[in-house]
Amino acid sequence: MNVDMSQYLDVFLEESKEHLTNLNEKLLELERNTDNLSCLNEIFRSAHTLKGMSSTMGFDDMADLTHHMEDMLSDMKEGMIRVDSSVIDVLFSCLDRLQLMLTNIQNGQPKIDNSDLVTILGQFKQGTYPESLENKDAAMAGASPAPDLFAPGNGLIREPDIPFELNEYDLTVLKEAKARDLKVYYVAVKVRPDCLMKSVRVFMVFKALEADGEIIKTIPSAQDLDEGRFEEEFHLILVNHLEAEIIRQRIDSISEVEAAVVRPIPIDIDSVEETAQGPQLDKPLNQKLPTNAPADEGIKTHKVKQTVRVDIEKLDNLMNLVGELVINKGRLEQIGLNQHHTDLNDVIEQMERITNDLQNVVMKVRMVPIEQVFNRFPRMVRDLAKELGKEVDFIIEGKDTELDRTVIDEIGDPLVHLLRNALDHGIEYPQVRSRRGKPTTGLVRLTARHEGNNVFIEVTDDGMGLDLEAIRAKAVEKGLVSPQEVAALNEGQIYDFLFRPGFSTAQNITDVSGRGVGLDVVKSKIESLNGEIFVDSKPGEGTIFKIRLPLTLAIIQALLVKVGGETYALPLSSVDETTMISKSELKMVQSQEVVVLRGKVLPLVRARRLLGTPESEESNDVIYVVVARKGEKQLGIVVDSLLGQQEIVIKSLGKLLAGIPGVAGATILGDGGVSLILDVGTLV
Amino acid sequence: MGGVTLGQEIQVVAFKIGSGEYGVDILEVQEIIKVLSITRVPRADRFIEGVINLRGNVIPVFNLHKRFGVSSELDGEARIVVFQFEETKAGIIVDGVSEVLRIEGDAIEEADKVYHGLEADFIQGVGKIEGRLLILLNMRKLLGIN
Repeated sequence: MNVDMSQYLDVFLEESKEHLTNLNEKLLELERNTDNLSCLNEIFRSAHTLKGMSSTMGFDDMADLTHHMEDMLSDMKEGMIRVDSSVIDVLFSCLDRLQLMLTNIQNGQPKIDNSDLVTILGQFKQGTYPESLENKDAAMAGASPAPDLFAPGNGLIREPDIPFELNEYDLTVLKEAKARDLKVYYVAVKVRPDCLMKSVRVFMVFKALEADGEIIKTIPSAQDLDEGRFEEEFHLILVNHLEAEIIRQRIDSISEVEAAVVRPIPIDIDSVEETAQGPQLDKPLNQKLPTNAPADEGIKTHKVKQTVRVDIEKLDNLMNLVGELVINKGRLEQIGLNQHHTDLNDVIEQMERITNDLQNVVMKVRMVPIEQVFNRFPRMVRDLAKELGKEVDFIIEGKDTELDRTVIDEIGDPLVHLLRNALDHGIEYPQVRSRRGKPTTGLVRLTARHEGNNVFIEVTDDGMGLDLEAIRAKAVEKGLVSPQEVAALNEGQIYDFLFRPGFSTAQNITDVSGRGVGLDVVKSKIESLNGEIFVDSKPGEGTIFKIRLPLTLAIIQALLVKVGGETYALPLSSVDETTMISKSELKMVQSQEVVVLRGKVLPLVRARRLLGTPESEESNDVIYVVVARKGEKQLGIVVDSLLGQQEIVIKSLGKLLAGIPGVAGATILGDGGVSLILDVGTLV
Repeated sequence: MGGVTLGQEIQVVAFKIGSGEYGVDILEVQEIIKVLSITRVPRADRFIEGVINLRGNVIPVFNLHKRFGVSSELDGEARIVVFQFEETKAGIIVDGVSEVLRIEGDAIEEADKVYHGLEADFIQGVGKIEGRLLILLNMRKLLGIN
């Protein structure tokens, strides 16, 4: 059967990436805790799934490499290969290779020769010590796929779904098998849905298995199987002396078999005997048999959520439509206000509630946990620390914090940069650290959290901190500021130089960072997402980079103001408060208008002047001031009047008007007119 | 390629800016609308009149009067001609749209034979039709769309 696989390519790539992420994550976990067998099992399963998928898709190179990985993992599971750093390293390089292969597949590039890795994997395998049952049992007792099948006390073999009733006879056979050092396997076989002669396949499977062993139990019954009376899968318990992998290969080689799972069942006859009543062997074997090799036992189950993959474009469309709805809702509200019609206003109120709910749902749909971005960092930090010869503990907090999909897609690179900075320039070498009385292992912390309509992401290190003097000197050297001026600058202003293009204080340019492409790129990226970045540092104690990002880019709360007859919107996220002052409160400090607000001096700017609207004398004595935030500073913007707070839909001004300082975009108001959204950051 | 292709019969939308008659390839014109309320964009290029709401899309409107150095008194005849180039939409204000004309390729004089210098850059050619002269514009160049 020759099926066109290309239509599945997207799914394959997507799923493979997920598995790779999972593999990286679990491998790191395993590295930290080499006894963690459930982790190892998960790695094994992911590798196995990858193998299955890639061979189905005809990517032999990938299938081959994963096959060898699986071999090694299987030996690791059985305790024949000890989990140590060299093993982990090899597996990591395999993962990197797999990643490369995926990229190649995606770009239609040729296959890769993996014989180097395969050879290394093979060497590990040859270096194994002879199998001993004790060893194996010990290893299994930990947490292998079906470790506690026979739960102590009740003699039940847990795991739901398909019950295996074992009678006296079966138990005797099992006991005998144990005595003869034979292994007991649970085997699940799934035939293709389009398989025509199922009974023939069953026969072939039986024949293949019974050549070297004995099938002691089947579900459904042997007779039903003979007559082909089963859906797509059947299950059996097999006793023989072969390795699981060999058995699986045998079954796999039979045509029209879609997948087979072979898992050893650890035999604990004693506990079985304790319960004279026929124990029940419950086996999980869900429909997703090939991908989700069963086995997910009790304690630490990875819950699989029901999900649907949706093209992001469709979500964008949905968002646009909701945006239109919000705009028209605004118009209706305005009409309702003028009409004073009770029924109409009732309906409008209802509409408003529904629209709000709808909007919330759509926003939530677009939200994804930042985990997606964070997940690749532990691996990166580990590799980097190794490369730099530094010791680093990496802590991630708040990875379930959700952000709009568009933000998620963009935030990865800036974070990579900040993390690299922290490792390269922040954290000191172990010797240096111990000399300074710090623990030799540095700490890098990456956190994310919600705060109001914003998400804060912080990268903290406990390294040497920023060198104010070096930054000052560099700023002067680069001609960004004169030596006289630099003395007057405060810390914040000096740190700001770090975000200037081409500014790097690193004395040595390493491979990792310090090549002059840097924080300015990070800053501009974050600003393009309507966010902000701050830095703070204590010499000798560390540095913190703080990023503020809006939850979503599509619909925001805004303050509408009038300036010279024009209406402008100010994102509420950059407005601290609004206030009214009388003209007499205005003061001049060095030709700068200021006002004293609750004891603090607030510099004022005139929106009319900034926006070039016709200047006219204010007739009344009151002045409206919007207290806005620019970076960490406050600033009063003088406007003609305040119109109120409103939800607005952000519309792009398009390519032709991109990059006008002070203008972040436009929105359509209830009356159908266009208002510009001001960007406080670049306005002044 | 956008713009007016020389050498064959083309259909152009003819409009007036000031007293001059201009034409653009009909394939580049998305629609012609009445002048809506235009929102000024501070700090934008001075040839940009502002932005309008075109059925939920915000699009920029150019003022070619300023560009061509003619005075504009927008009256009831004034229209906005909306162009679409791939993803980008933009409009220009005109003092009136007269008609859609067919012009034979050999009735078009290439621009560099008529004009010299910078101005010729966005002028594709000059069409002669029944004694009238129609300046054919290269809107991509004029609006700065690549």
